[in-house]
Order: sequence, then C-alpha cells, then structure tokens
Amino acid sequence: MTQPHITVRDLTMAYGSFVLQRDLNFAINRGDIFVVMGGSGCGKSTLLRHLIGLNEPAQGEVLYEEESFTRAGPERRQQLMRRIGVLYQSGALWSSLTLAENVAVPLEEFTDLKRAEIDEVASLKLALVGLKGFEEFYPSQISGGMQKRAGLARAMALDPEVLFFDEPSAGLDPLSSRRLDELIVELRDSLGATIVIVTHELPSIFAVGTNSIFLDAETRTMIAMGVPTELRDHSDNPTVRRFLRRGENGHE
Amino acid sequence: MTASTASLAFEQTGDGTLLVRLRGRWRLHSGVPSAEPVERELTSHHRPRALAFDVAALGEWDTSVVTFLGRVEQVCERHGITVDRSGLPTGVQRLLALAEAVPEAADARGEQVDEGLLERIGVTTLEARESVLEVLGFIGDVVLALGRFLVGKARYRKADLWILIQQTGVEALPVVALVSFLLGLILAFVGAVQLQSFGAAIYVADLVGVAMARDTGALIAAIVMAGRSGAAFAAQLGSMRVNQEIDALATTGISPIEFLVVPRVVALVLMMPLLTLYADVVGMLGGMLVGISMLDLSFTQYFQQTVSAVSMGSAIGGVFKGGVYGVLIALAGCLRGMQSGRSASAVGDAATSAVVTGIVAIIAAAGAFSVIFYVLGI
Repeated sequence: MTQPHITVRDLTMAYGSFVLQRDLNFAINRGDIFVVMGGSGCGKSTLLRHLIGLNEPAQGEVLYEEESFTRAGPERRQQLMRRIGVLYQSGALWSSLTLAENVAVPLEEFTDLKRAEIDEVASLKLALVGLKGFEEFYPSQISGGMQKRAGLARAMALDPEVLFFDEPSAGLDPLSSRRLDELIVELRDSLGATIVIVTHELPSIFAVGTNSIFLDAETRTMIAMGVPTELRDHSDNPTVRRFLRRGENGHE
Repeated sequence: MTASTASLAFEQTGDGTLLVRLRGRWRLHSGVPSAEPVERELTSHHRPRALAFDVAALGEWDTSVVTFLGRVEQVCERHGITVDRSGLPTGVQRLLALAEAVPEAADARGEQVDEGLLERIGVTTLEARESVLEVLGFIGDVVLALGRFLVGKARYRKADLWILIQQTGVEALPVVALVSFLLGLILAFVGAVQLQSFGAAIYVADLVGVAMARDTGALIAAIVMAGRSGAAFAAQLGSMRVNQEIDALATTGISPIEFLVVPRVVALVLMMPLLTLYADVVGMLGGMLVGISMLDLSFTQYFQQTVSAVSMGSAIGGVFKGGVYGVLIALAGCLRGMQSGRSASAVGDAATSAVVTGIVAIIAAAGAFSVIFYVLGI
C-alpha cells in the first residue's frame, strides 16, 4: 500500500468566527484525479486555498507525504510549494508579462538554466497546451480559454508533482472544456502527477474524476467520498445523489 | 385598448367579497400604484371576507402589477382576508407563484444587532489594533525584502524596475514642473505685497529660494507623486489581487513583496530626490518671473540673491526629505493595494485610500522634520 500523496486531517476552515467547513478528513493518492465538489459557496475554492497554503487552517493540518505542510517553517514551505502547480480560475497570468515570460518566471527563479534554454522550455510548455506561436502575446490579447491554457503552461513549468485546478471549465465553451479535461488526463498519464480539481461541472467530474469528496454547505462538512460515478449510482446520501443527477431522480 | 393610465375600481359583491377591478395600462415607468385605496376599502365599510380581481379592462401590464399585488397581499394578510387570484391573468399568477417558490432564507437579511456604545468602542479598538499590527507587519516585511534587495538576493525583474523608474521619474516631470512653477509664483506674489511696503522687494528671492529648497519643493513633489504614483501603485496591486496574480506569485514561491513592492519603493526612493531638486529649481524660476516682471529686479540681482540665500545644507535637507516622502508614498500605495478587496469597487477604494494615507503620512513627516531640523539647528 503506497502512502497517500496529500492527507487532510481534521481540517476546519473559518473566516473569523464563521466556520465554513469542519472536520475534513481525506487522503489523495498519487496519480489520482481528485475532485472536490459541492454547491456554490460551500467552501470548495477555500479548501483549495488551504491545500496550497494561501489560507491557514483554523484547526487541523494538511500533510504532503506524511510531512505537515501546515506546521512547516516558511523556508520548507517554499520548497514544498515548488513541487505544486496551480491553475487559478481566471488563469491569473501576470498581466505585465508576455506568455513566454509568464512561463519563464518560475524557471528563472528556481533553475540554473541559461536564457536560451529557458525560452526553449517556455515554448515547449506553451506548445503542450496548444499555444505554439503565442509566446510574445500579452494576456490581455488572447481569449479567456487561451489564458487558462497559458496559466496551465505556467503551472506546469517546473514539472510539479501535484497540479491544482480551480474551476477549470468555468467560462469555457463545452468543446474547450472537454479539451481541457482531455489535457488534464493526458498530463496525469504523461507526467505521473497527482491532480486536484475543484469544480461543479458534472460532465468533467464524471469524465476525469478517479476519486472525490463532496462538501455540503448545509451541514458544513464533507458528506461523501468516493469515485464520482459510483457516488451518482450508489450514494446513500440524497443531497449527493441529487447534485450528481442534476436534480433528476434517475432510475430509482 | 382601454383607458391609458392605470386605475382601480372597487365593487362589493353580495357574498362578502371585494372585487378589485384593474384598468388601463400598467407600466413600471408611470409608477406603481399604492395599495392604500385597497386598504381603505377593506377597513371602511363592512369588512369583506375575501378579495377577488377582475382584469377585463386591464391593458398592457408588467412588473408594476406584480409589485402592486404583492403589496395588496401583504395588506390582506395583515387583515386576515383571503385573496382569490383566479381572476388574474395566468402570467401574473405564475409570476406571483414563482416569487413565493423559495422561502426567504433565514439569515439572508443579516441580523441587525443593536450594539451598545461600549461594545462598539471595544470592537473599534480591536480593529484599530489589528490594522496597526497589519501596517507594522507590512513595513517589517518590506524592510526585510529591501535588505535582500541590497545584498542582491531579492527576486524581482530588472525590466519592471526600469519601467517604474521611467513612470515615476521622467513621466512625472511635466506635472511636477507645472505645479512647482505656479507655487513659486504664488509664494513670490504673497511675499512681494508685504516686502514691497518695506522697500525690501529683493528679499522675495530669499523667501522663494529658502522656502522651495528647505520644504516646499519636496512637499509639492511628494503630494503630486502621492496622487500620481501612490494611487497607481494601489490600483495596480489591487487589480492584481482581484485577478489572483498575487496568489499566483505566492504559490510559485516568489514573495509578492520582493517582486512587486520592492521595485516600487526603490523606484520612488531613487526618483523623489531628483524630482525634489527639479521642483526646487522650477519653483525658484516661478519666483524669478514675478521678481523680474513685477518688482523690476534684474535676472542677475535675483540670481545672486537666491544663491546667497539658499545654503547647501538646506538644499540637501530638502532632497533628503524628498527621499523619505518617496518611501512613504510607495509604502502607502503598495500597502493599500495589497490590502485591497477582491472587487472592482474595492480597487477604487484602495486607490483613494492610498492617496489619503500617503498625503497624511507626508504631512506628518514634514511636521516631524521641522521639529527635528529646528532642534538640530539645520
């Protein structure tokens, strides 16, 4: 039995005295495409911010391979963070830099590559997400879907072991969203990365998810965990079933 | 089509039902009729048991009908009268049903707890403490990052620094020139009126020269830059926060303070002394214009008088002050930008707040400098 890649232990997330989610316990295995799902406002994106260290847990901790990320010192945390890549909802490209420069920043900072090599790697990463030839474009000059893909290229710059996606299909047309799903699976298979996706897009959830948790806004905790398609067909929780069947009763 | 404006008519039917007739065109832009006539009708005569509607004469209608009916139903609920909707157009009935489909969320309106005076003082004090700690923490982070910058370890892009230097330096020259020239002019005018009556018009050169060099040049450059660059910094960093660009820096393992704040502080610290010197000279030229054109002084006279009045020490003091103001402007702008909320209006607030914080800090520092320089005898 391999050890889980990311473990979340007794995590409580709160803004001040307002508790968003409590007692979250789950493990993400290496190579999983792990989906965090739930209705709007249940704390999905906040959970992601906790996993990547942007928010501090009110209680509990996040572990990367048995090592506490939450209790790590700032130096160690930076090292751990270098092994993860994040694709933000809006792409979050640095607007004053071209696409190639965006991808190059992490390479400049954390590798000893020469200028020409960095440019080469940046072009390669852009080509991987289908943006060959867009190196010199600024983020404002390309469409939302392209920004997202460029954001993915930047997230992959340092060949991360874990890739986080915050609502990858939000704002994309069905075809682009499908292509992104395929890209995600492709990346997992070729890079061997663990992938964590926050989303409520049912087609994506069923297409790519190998494991998932369901956060409930009402009870403020996770109410289901498992393979999404199995949860849809066999979950004993009515909220989860309703969500995964889009409110339709299905074959009961 | 029937009568053009919305109107109401009432009729008591035999079985204790009040029939409300809606007539005419009900359009939102001509206002929503009040439910008061209905209430009067309900309370005046013998009380009806139920309310029904007749819409035979109703012309075009929109939300105004639905809003009006909402009011009427509230009135009826208060008086315990049942409402029969069957006489209404189907569209209206469905809209009313839709509006009632989801009950009001229990906590949607937010509880307006009436806080006592003591509680409010307490909360405000705690918030003030919180914000002071935040400011101190930010300053501490910037100082550490500047330290890393000085030993060449900070992570930032040199190209960004050069662009910032251009934006806060060369591009600010015209507006700084305009404002300081006019200020020199004003100082000279104010002085001329007083000094002429003593026949000491030549001392206008001293007045303008000393004032610009010691304080005013730095102050005016700083206030212009607080409005120009301080606001720009806050807006830039604020919109980067909205767009999650700052989060992206943090998760890439790059300190946003080093990458974004340090170049801005450094750019202003380098440019503000130069701008101050520039403002000093341009301000003195403004004074000279008044001296030559109004007070019949010659260029040489005015120049000599200025040179003898302005000491090197006071000019250097002014330039030093300019550098300090530069730090304050950059810190205020970056702090407010980093604290910005995640919405378009929050970015606007951040820019406003950056200018206010910057100017207050500048004036407070100017006051402190006056006392310190006086005590030190500079």
